[in-house]
Amino acid sequence: MKELWDLFWTFAKMGAVTFGGGMAMLPILQREVVDKRHWTTEEEMVDYYAIGQCTPGIIAVNTATFVGQKRRGVAGGIVATLGLVFPSLVIITILAGLITNFSHLAWVQDAFAGIQVCVCILIFNAVLKLFKSSVVDKRTAAIFVAVLVGSVMLSLSPVWFVLISAAAGIALKTLEGRAAR
Amino acid sequence: MSVFLQLFWEFFKTGLFAIGGGMATLPFLQDIGETTGWYTYGELMNMLAVSESTPGPIGINMATYVGFTVGSAQGGPLLGVLGGVIATLGEVAPSIIVILIIAAMLKKFRDSRYVQMAFYGLRPASTGLIAAACVTVVLEVLTNVALLDPAGGSIVNGFQLPEGQGLFVWKGLALAAVLLVLTHGPKRVKDLHPIVFIALSAVVGVVFHFAGA
Repeated sequence: MKELWDLFWTFAKMGAVTFGGGMAMLPILQREVVDKRHWTTEEEMVDYYAIGQCTPGIIAVNTATFVGQKRRGVAGGIVATLGLVFPSLVIITILAGLITNFSHLAWVQDAFAGIQVCVCILIFNAVLKLFKSSVVDKRTAAIFVAVLVGSVMLSLSPVWFVLISAAAGIALKTLEGRAAR
Repeated sequence: MSVFLQLFWEFFKTGLFAIGGGMATLPFLQDIGETTGWYTYGELMNMLAVSESTPGPIGINMATYVGFTVGSAQGGPLLGVLGGVIATLGEVAPSIIVILIIAAMLKKFRDSRYVQMAFYGLRPASTGLIAAACVTVVLEVLTNVALLDPAGGSIVNGFQLPEGQGLFVWKGLALAAVLLVLTHGPKRVKDLHPIVFIALSAVVGVVFHFAGA
């Protein structure tokens, strides 16, 4: 019980102090989980992170589930994740309530109109960064363009693009393997 | 179907199919707004800005915020709290399930050829989806072009050029240009936390009346 509480509390603290999502959390995870508490080794943490990035969901949540699972099995995985999201729930709920009450004020609307411009740039920069690591050759470039155009032109759920491109990845790599042989 | 059940299901799907972290959930959140009418593009942009400026993973913050918004529309802040909790749990549930399964066979998963092959296609697709979200967001924020799609998300039904107002939102474009330069500028500037740029943009918005009223 004590260890479950430790897991919850440790990840809650990390959720409360990291700004900017999964990547920003890695150094803090290394300090708290590897160096201070010795819950995992450095190598395990790197593995968790690598897998957390390429599996569904939020990277930080995936890593928290991994660490919790290693300590206390299924219950540990769930408790660590709940700890991680707990501060978000509290902080965002309070802020959302406040913003709803002030959203009719002219200056608040002006501020958010300015912020929306900034959000455009932040999304654009995120795309640039991801582009460099995910579009590595002509075929991945073709997938990128096809999904971009398809998603802008069609009212199709993103789920379909994910499923089709996973299948395309397997098909392309299989063909490549055959050609090499 | 109860709104809260639907909320859980929509975020469960988001958590299951959004690959590559918080920003990867954005195209799914757009899609949810379009198909359910729970919130508009503008509202989603505001939620994203708040989520980037507060502690915690961005994807979780957005899930909580969207859930709160949907819940409180059902009848007040208490249902809002419930909505926030339900959306967040929906988003993390697939992660927990998938990771617990993978943890049980960690080595096999890491070395699986099929997993690596699938991700060869998945990574550029995820980037493409976020890029598409970026295009619609830019249309929405920096131009006066109105999409004719009733849901607002795609240009499948064409679009309408503005009447009596310019094509571009010039004040917004000017700020966007400045931000673009700053975020690609000298290392000391570009490595600043996004909250700095968000705060700067809020001040500029207030000073130059960006809402245009």
